[in-house]
Amino acid sequence: MATLRTTPCGATVKVRKVEGEGAVRRRIMDMGITKGAEIYVRKVAPLGDPVEVTVRGYELSLRKADAEMILVD
Amino acid sequence: MPIRLALAGNPNCGKTTLFNDLTGSTQYVGNWPGVTVEKKEGRYRADKDVYIMDLPGIYSLSPYTLEEVVTRDYIVGEKPDVIVNLVDASNIERNLYLTTQLVEMGIPVVVALNMMDVVRKQGDRIDSTALSKALGVPVVEIAAIKGEGVQQLIETAKKAAGGAQAPKHSFPAEAEKALEQIGGMISDVTDRSQLRWFSIKLFERDEKVLGRFHFSEDTRRELEEIVAEAEAALDDDAESLITDARYTYIGEVVKDCVRKSRSGMTTSDKIDRIVTNRILALPIFAIVMIAVYYIAVTTVGAILTDFTNDTFVGEWIQPAVEGFLVNIGTADWLTGLIVDGIVGGVGAVIGFVPQMLVLFLMLAVLEDCGYMARVAFIMDRIFRRFGLSGKSFIPMLIGMGCGVPGVMASRTIEQDRDRKMTIMTTTFIPCGAKMPIVALLAGSVFGGAWWVAPSAFFVGIAAIIISGILLKKTKMFAGDPAPFVMELPQYHVPTAGNVLRATWERGWSFIKKAGTVITLASILVWFGSSFGMTPDGFGMVEDMDASVIAAIGSALAVLFRPLGFGTWQSSVATVLGLVAKEEVVGVFGSLYGVAGDALELVEEAEFGALSPIAAHFTMLSAYSFMVFNLLCAPCFAAIGAIKREMNNARWTWFAIGYQTVFAYSMSLMVYQFGLLFTGAGFGIGTVAAILVLAVYIWLLFRKAPEHTTQSLRSVNAATV
Repeated sequence: MATLRTTPCGATVKVRKVEGEGAVRRRIMDMGITKGAEIYVRKVAPLGDPVEVTVRGYELSLRKADAEMILVD
Repeated sequence: MPIRLALAGNPNCGKTTLFNDLTGSTQYVGNWPGVTVEKKEGRYRADKDVYIMDLPGIYSLSPYTLEEVVTRDYIVGEKPDVIVNLVDASNIERNLYLTTQLVEMGIPVVVALNMMDVVRKQGDRIDSTALSKALGVPVVEIAAIKGEGVQQLIETAKKAAGGAQAPKHSFPAEAEKALEQIGGMISDVTDRSQLRWFSIKLFERDEKVLGRFHFSEDTRRELEEIVAEAEAALDDDAESLITDARYTYIGEVVKDCVRKSRSGMTTSDKIDRIVTNRILALPIFAIVMIAVYYIAVTTVGAILTDFTNDTFVGEWIQPAVEGFLVNIGTADWLTGLIVDGIVGGVGAVIGFVPQMLVLFLMLAVLEDCGYMARVAFIMDRIFRRFGLSGKSFIPMLIGMGCGVPGVMASRTIEQDRDRKMTIMTTTFIPCGAKMPIVALLAGSVFGGAWWVAPSAFFVGIAAIIISGILLKKTKMFAGDPAPFVMELPQYHVPTAGNVLRATWERGWSFIKKAGTVITLASILVWFGSSFGMTPDGFGMVEDMDASVIAAIGSALAVLFRPLGFGTWQSSVATVLGLVAKEEVVGVFGSLYGVAGDALELVEEAEFGALSPIAAHFTMLSAYSFMVFNLLCAPCFAAIGAIKREMNNARWTWFAIGYQTVFAYSMSLMVYQFGLLFTGAGFGIGTVAAILVLAVYIWLLFRKAPEHTTQSLRSVNAATV
């Protein structure tokens, strides 16, 4: 199953589901990464982590470990 | 009639600017009871009957972060008359997410649509009349930076105050059915206006709200069945059901009210492409940091500090105060206390203030323009390995100059745990005042060996890494990994008002709070070193040898014997190092009979004249002494800053205690293993050092305790 972590830079994907539980998951969803949201992967930080994405018209950075919880189409 | 207005909104939406504009200078800044979340209250400058409460900047009303819990508790518990929800129009979708939650709380909401100028510049359009209709709340367009529309906003808020509020959005039918059932269960114990909010929270299985109701086992089970049934019908869990529905609703509202012209890249995008570019990011970052350090610590900062210390306090204030006291015939001991103890001690701290102001000014600029978030973005990978955050870099960099502003720079770290750990470890970095100690020992004991000074930095960095790893595994710092889901705000030109205000607020709070601790400590130290047993009984002493502090030093010397510097002079020097670390050198100079000012001799590299000090050390004991003084409790000024930032006595003592125990055990290992390897044989000290080493290895490599899902310690503390 494809996750946001495996999505290459420059690609736009649609969120299928957010896995995990508790604070981190809620935070991810609160920030607008919910089912059906479009995410554009902008870039990876110079040291390889975290990643920067565009979601709902703004820039968000999240760690690859957290990006793995986001299943995408 | 007085009305209470609460200001709510996302971080970076211009809330601080609006609040400052509304209240002018009549505001009160404090902390929420028991927690270090800033609490600002003020009165509207044009109408003193309007009380304004600035709530923390938040994205949601989940139970997971301190700021969100504080906000929820305030709105539910205090029931303000009206909520002004500041919405960043240039980022409207995510901002309205909070709005959908605020309108459920039963208190009238007025939406203030900020940054419309940015929206227009991008060629987009927002129909605020349609937005108002869709959301069911008044919408007022404002430009907080220019102060436009503010008056109208307050008038609208006044009109709305005290009324009712019903949300326009609804959830999927199965969820609504469940909400109705839950509402029925709590309707007799809940205020009608808050019924909807509590029902939704219970549906989301919000532990904090559940805890409030003290349900019986049966009721809990019934509730769980209702929620589970809805979840099964909708094939999703309750939390995401609600979140998805909110964003879907926002999507519809935005589609109707916002016209976006897809105009390609904004200026902010272009800047970001260069600044966080994979190749350029690190060089640019290095240049920015070197510039900050150079200006704040080396050039402007140092000039201002020297001026305040030597000229302002040393040449103007101290002689003036002394002259005045002598003229009015004050007793000698009192003159000594006031001039050398209080003015000297407090002056040494005040000396840092100009430097700190310069530094805070630059930090405020970096924060306001949006670069600070990028610093965290760039450095996160390195720092999170030791349980710190990307933002911990800045306090540590500044800590190389002075630990006081270093500790205070940790303010920019939102995560409670990361911030506490940063505060505890920042002063391990050798600051400017510790350098004379290093220089003294490197020059006079090690014969100017090149490696001593750099090794001091490595000791500091190693201490941070070791502490990070082992503290992360303790109960206090364990729990959920802090989510690093961070907004990268648009770059913009910082506004002078915001920058100056942030600079002054931080500087002033340091002067006030740290000042009290330092005055007290200065008095105690002065008393201890000036009084003692004389042949005629207790009184003022000429020589420090006979003072109270020397007596304390002798007692402490026993403790330092396993570390290799068990003389009372070393103990006294270490204790007085708490006033200011460079004092260590001066105290050694006077106690060991160095001709001239030891500190100046070190600065001029006249190590020959310092041989009386060197004679009391071996290379090993000197290194052990250096390690202890670099890592142990910092000076009073820095302790004051730690207290200010921790805002909690227990945490302050824990930090100081940890640092001192850590320093002691490290020195012990340096000295005892050093003795062993230089062929001094195996003794009881060696056994102790091996045991200490074993404990550290265990602390470093043991398995981290189980993560619990909701153990943000401070969040629990905040709930009423």
